[in-house]
Amino acid sequence: MKIKLLIVDDEEGYVNILSKRLTKRDFNVTTALSGTEAIKALRHQDFDAAVLDLKMEDMDGIEVLKIFKKMAPDLSVIMLTGHGSEQAARDGLVHGAFDYLTKPCELEELIEKIYEACKGGKASD
Amino acid sequence: MSDRTNSSTHGLGYYKSLTRNMVVIMLVVSMMPLVLISGILPYYFHVSYQEKAVDHLKVLVKKHQQNIDRFLTLKLADLRVVSRLFPFEQLLEEPFLKECLSILQQEYKHSFVDIGVVDEKGVQVSYAGPFKLREVDYSRADWFKKALENESYISDVFPGIRGIPHFIVTSLVNYRGAKWVVRATVDFEAFNSLVESIRIGKTGFAFIVNKGGEFQTKTRHEALASQGAYRSLIFGEAITDEEITFLELSSEGGKETIYVVAPLKNGEWYLVYQQDASDAYAVVERARWLSLLIFIIGILAVGFVSMLMARRMVRKIKESDQQKEMMNEQVIEAGKLASLGELAAGIAHEINNPVAIMVEEAGWMEDLLKEEQQAHFENADEFARSLNQIKVQGHRCKQITHKLLSFARKTDPTVKNVNLNELIEDVVALSEQRARYTAVKINLHLGGDIPTVTVSPSEIQQVMLNLINNALDAMEKTGGTIDITSRVDGSFVVVDVADNGPGIAKANLTRIFDPFYTTKPVGKGTGLGLSICYGIVKKMGGDITVNSAKGVGATFHVHIPWPNEKKGSE
Repeated sequence: MKIKLLIVDDEEGYVNILSKRLTKRDFNVTTALSGTEAIKALRHQDFDAAVLDLKMEDMDGIEVLKIFKKMAPDLSVIMLTGHGSEQAARDGLVHGAFDYLTKPCELEELIEKIYEACKGGKASD
Repeated sequence: MSDRTNSSTHGLGYYKSLTRNMVVIMLVVSMMPLVLISGILPYYFHVSYQEKAVDHLKVLVKKHQQNIDRFLTLKLADLRVVSRLFPFEQLLEEPFLKECLSILQQEYKHSFVDIGVVDEKGVQVSYAGPFKLREVDYSRADWFKKALENESYISDVFPGIRGIPHFIVTSLVNYRGAKWVVRATVDFEAFNSLVESIRIGKTGFAFIVNKGGEFQTKTRHEALASQGAYRSLIFGEAITDEEITFLELSSEGGKETIYVVAPLKNGEWYLVYQQDASDAYAVVERARWLSLLIFIIGILAVGFVSMLMARRMVRKIKESDQQKEMMNEQVIEAGKLASLGELAAGIAHEINNPVAIMVEEAGWMEDLLKEEQQAHFENADEFARSLNQIKVQGHRCKQITHKLLSFARKTDPTVKNVNLNELIEDVVALSEQRARYTAVKINLHLGGDIPTVTVSPSEIQQVMLNLINNALDAMEKTGGTIDITSRVDGSFVVVDVADNGPGIAKANLTRIFDPFYTTKPVGKGTGLGLSICYGIVKKMGGDITVNSAKGVGATFHVHIPWPNEKKGSE
């Protein structure tokens, strides 16, 4: 069964290419270009994992994460961040994110994290 | 104002005028009481002393006036006793007269020189004395006329027939219906000594003059010299016969002279005491000089001290101004750095997104290329290599931006377990660009058994970066090598940063860790780098030392403590 994945990032070019590459690797990918869009998508559909950008124009990534965790406590969230907001990413871990990766990241690394997230539900450490 | 608005240090003129103002204010404030004291006190002293001195002189002159008057009355009384005590015929006999004279001379010590009897016609009928004056005719003599008119008479001093200054006392006697005059010459020397004995100070002396201004005593040449002056001035004034008069006159030479005048002989003569004012008031004069001397010394001392103080204070102000200036520069510099850091962080962050897309797009192309592999078109390998390059370079971009970001951030004092060797490598990588540019080679000699230390990585990074940057600054023109060694020394991990630049002068070695101490040209160094390093290392319980010799280079040793008990477990 395909893994249902939600990718949230306001950078359209990045979402598109990531979606293409992951779809090619047999993921069921839904994209959202903003926090509100992502929340709408989550309301209509269940996901196995979500990739969430921390810096978006309409909503702060941490806020979106909190709402996600309320709506679907079992959803594993992997955060994406620039190096400058590593502190924010660590905050995310406190608020229930599975793990974080810094942009730009290797696709293989991301896929590995997604598998881990779906398998364990929570980071081993 | 122009040098105030200017951001650079105040001009030399500003400090000069500051010094001048301070000196002037201090001089004025401290001189005011000095001037008042040395002006007012001597004045009051002068006035009161003068009063006292004049009173003293008046008393003195009065005493002598009484003395002389008594002397004259006594002489007259003696003569009157002689002329009345004996039957007049006896006085006409010269042997008796001689007897009388010798008794008088014995009793009164040279008081009378001679004695004689003159008849109504002015002929001396009887005479006793050292001169041959018997039968001398006195009818035309001034004194004789007066003697006939008065019961008794004292003459002025005159040379007379004998040609020696003298004066006589006379007593009128009526005998057988005729007038007879008994006359005696008073010993002039004895009389003169009465007056000559009045000597005070260097220039004080006394003399007697008659109403016509003629001297009645031997006079000193000073009196003769100023005869004209006192004659016109003293006797021009209204001098009462009763009172003692004090006068202060200035002669042609500008010399002040004081006179104390007392009447004698019922106002016929005057006893005059004369003294130079400067002599009479010598004490006042001395006090005046002394206060002037004290005043001058005081002014000099005050002037000297205020000059010294003002200079010292202005120097301090100047120093603090310079320090403030430097601080301002540093604040500006720090502000610039901070905004530069923010800018760099912003750019680095924004660049990450497009780079991420690029890398992913290249990955997508690789994905697609793999599907095309079966077809195996001509430059397939080249495509693959090129796409890989895009990915590799994209990651390189990521590394650069991450480094930029980590150094733009404020240093984070949170301590962590840090692998020093890795940290040194990071810092060196960051400095490599600049090292290449300045032709400096950085050699690493990292020990293999370096334990992890518990420090703030960003602070240690700052220390290392500072030391390397200083070494690079030192060798900017010459080039050279920097050797960085890490080793374990007891309970410390030691990092040595050694350069072979120009080294540090011995005099500067003790001061290089002082805040704001810099040998770099103005505007180049803040003088804070090493002092910050020192502060950081000291705070973590370590130490930082330096070895250097001019021309050999400098080696900084950073000692970082590490928990010894861990050593056993590792």
